[in-house]
Amino acid sequence: MSKKLLALTGNDAAAYAMKQIDPDVVAAYPITPQTSLMEKFAQFVADGESNTEIVLVESEHSAMSACVGASCAGARVMTATSSQGLALMWEVVYIASSYRLPIVMPLVNRALSGPINIHCDHSDAMGIRDSGWIQLWAENAQEVYDNLLQAIRIAENPDVLLPVVVNYDGFIISHAIENMYIYDNDEVKKFVGEYKPKYTLLDPKKPTTFGSFDLPDYYFEHRRQMAGAMSGSKKVIADVAKEFSKICGREYKFIEGYKLEDAEIVIVALGSTVGTARAVVDDLREKGVKAGILKIRVFRPFPEEEIASALKDKKAVAVLDRADALNAVGGPIFDEVRSGLYKKSNTPVVNYIYGLGGRDMGLAEINKVYSDLADIAKTGKADSVRNLVTYLGVRD
Amino acid sequence: MANLKELNKRKELLSGGHRMCAGCASPMIIRQMGLSQEIPLVVGSATGCLEVSTTPNPFTAWNSSFVHCAFENSAATVSGVEAAYRSLRRRGKVKDELRFVALGGDGGTYDIGLQSLSGMLERGPRILYLCYNNEAYMNTGVQRSGATPLGSQTTTAPVGKESIGKKQYPKDLTAIAVAHRIPFVAQASPSHWNDLITKSQKALSVEGPAFMNVLSPCPLGWGYSSEKTIELAKLAVDTCFWPLFEVENGLTWKLSYKPAAKKPITDYLKAQGRFRHLMRPENAAVVEQIQKKVDDDWAALLKRCGAEA
Repeated sequence: MSKKLLALTGNDAAAYAMKQIDPDVVAAYPITPQTSLMEKFAQFVADGESNTEIVLVESEHSAMSACVGASCAGARVMTATSSQGLALMWEVVYIASSYRLPIVMPLVNRALSGPINIHCDHSDAMGIRDSGWIQLWAENAQEVYDNLLQAIRIAENPDVLLPVVVNYDGFIISHAIENMYIYDNDEVKKFVGEYKPKYTLLDPKKPTTFGSFDLPDYYFEHRRQMAGAMSGSKKVIADVAKEFSKICGREYKFIEGYKLEDAEIVIVALGSTVGTARAVVDDLREKGVKAGILKIRVFRPFPEEEIASALKDKKAVAVLDRADALNAVGGPIFDEVRSGLYKKSNTPVVNYIYGLGGRDMGLAEINKVYSDLADIAKTGKADSVRNLVTYLGVRD
Repeated sequence: MANLKELNKRKELLSGGHRMCAGCASPMIIRQMGLSQEIPLVVGSATGCLEVSTTPNPFTAWNSSFVHCAFENSAATVSGVEAAYRSLRRRGKVKDELRFVALGGDGGTYDIGLQSLSGMLERGPRILYLCYNNEAYMNTGVQRSGATPLGSQTTTAPVGKESIGKKQYPKDLTAIAVAHRIPFVAQASPSHWNDLITKSQKALSVEGPAFMNVLSPCPLGWGYSSEKTIELAKLAVDTCFWPLFEVENGLTWKLSYKPAAKKPITDYLKAQGRFRHLMRPENAAVVEQIQKKVDDDWAALLKRCGAEA
């Protein structure tokens, strides 16, 4: 295990991972805040540090289409996008997973239009939560890099063969410089290995048809197989994390706790906000408040069992959603966490929608959530304190 | 020039038993194109009649490798395939020499796939894009497209008391392709099989993108009986409604065929149900207008090709 400490932005970290992965094909289109990632990677290719074939297409729809074509041809394929770019790809995002193509995509999270906005929230990623893509989430630049390297191995595992999206917060992670470790090139190359596809378009001795027309007699079985692959990916995600721990020195989990074990009041979150919440928890702990955090790293497949087990004995839980489902119930993570707890416990769970369109989520906001939780914990009833769903930091 | 004796020995791209309609020109076009050479092809297609009818899972009619992704992205999808080919060849993982063809109907090419096509032509990969142009959305039931001729009856631009069918001329997609200054652009027709095969040969031999716009008569959408497909395709050429020509590098125009005696457009119109209403006396002016457009376009083409009138 050898590594070096560098100061990189999240986008640089992703570009660095891509350089080391050295995919056969990358097809991409520029969009804020993904742009600097692809610029950096294009420079690596221009300097001969990566041997990738880059296809600079005329839209994200074509980017994902070219990825599908290249992946059907047996290539290791990556792209990256944000927000509207993902929205434009959406049709082909579903096709990629249904063809069981192990494409890996950094998604630099940005609010969806409209109104148009370029800053961070998670509405883009939540829009493809049912698409059959595995979703990993990063809290910082290090995790962007680590998740990307693991994503290749997860996606290409013959028991999975599903695409993987690696999420990280636009600007907050993508453009902030952090100290992080980059691993030895040979070690990374050995870890990611070589992609050996079972079928390809490029073997004239074995002509293969991809994307055939499924009627009611086959479509359902193919979708059922995808569901099986998503469930089965849990084992692979865990195995890959174990193997990767030999390189990075820590074992990535589906969820990660911070002072969670003995915590009475807990915030559930993903992305960069977890980092801010750590500071609040440290402060509260000094005051004797038993606060903790449950961070979700793997959102698809959804680690329901792990989350429910970790939360079932807590006194009060707040789920933070940086996207609104606009379903008149609550945010997307809230809905799934609460549903997961349904049979396990009566822990009161409330929801906070925060940070839409890049609205700051600071110490004060997170302190307020813990203070609400402390009140809820006293009565054991969520509705005695406030609405089930709170819009945090908004002018109502 | 294609040699029938030689062509006879080549492998067919499509097997029998595909589910295209009897009399549909598109499988004829695909087979003619496929016979143009011996290097194995990898084919991609937009969503449409051809794609659904040749690949009903678990069957495929394709003897080559084949990929379908969606409606508007045949050019982008095959661009990805071709990029993978170059990358994997460079890395020594693919040994065979291959050629790449992207297919689309007029809906997938003139309309929804135009952006993807233009992107591919500008980037310049070695891919032949072939549009089998049946001049409407036939797969969904004959709706008007950007390729539908003026005066044609379609289900979304129907003929009625206040309507002659489609009110607009089709866009000149071949000229749009020419404007990309790519190595090879051509119009072809399955009635002139030798010309179509020779053009395909040329299109697949240039070091860069090629575009072929091929008229594809459709018995159902055009309203004629299925044995008349090639007759209709030939009439389109002989009336100069669908002239055959090729353009190299966006600059060198060459006429492929000049009818000995140019036939009147009414010969073509009256043979098809989609134009039947134009034969009514009150629509005589529309027919005149169509004839004038054909004449003007033909004269302009002759001039571009440096051919005599």
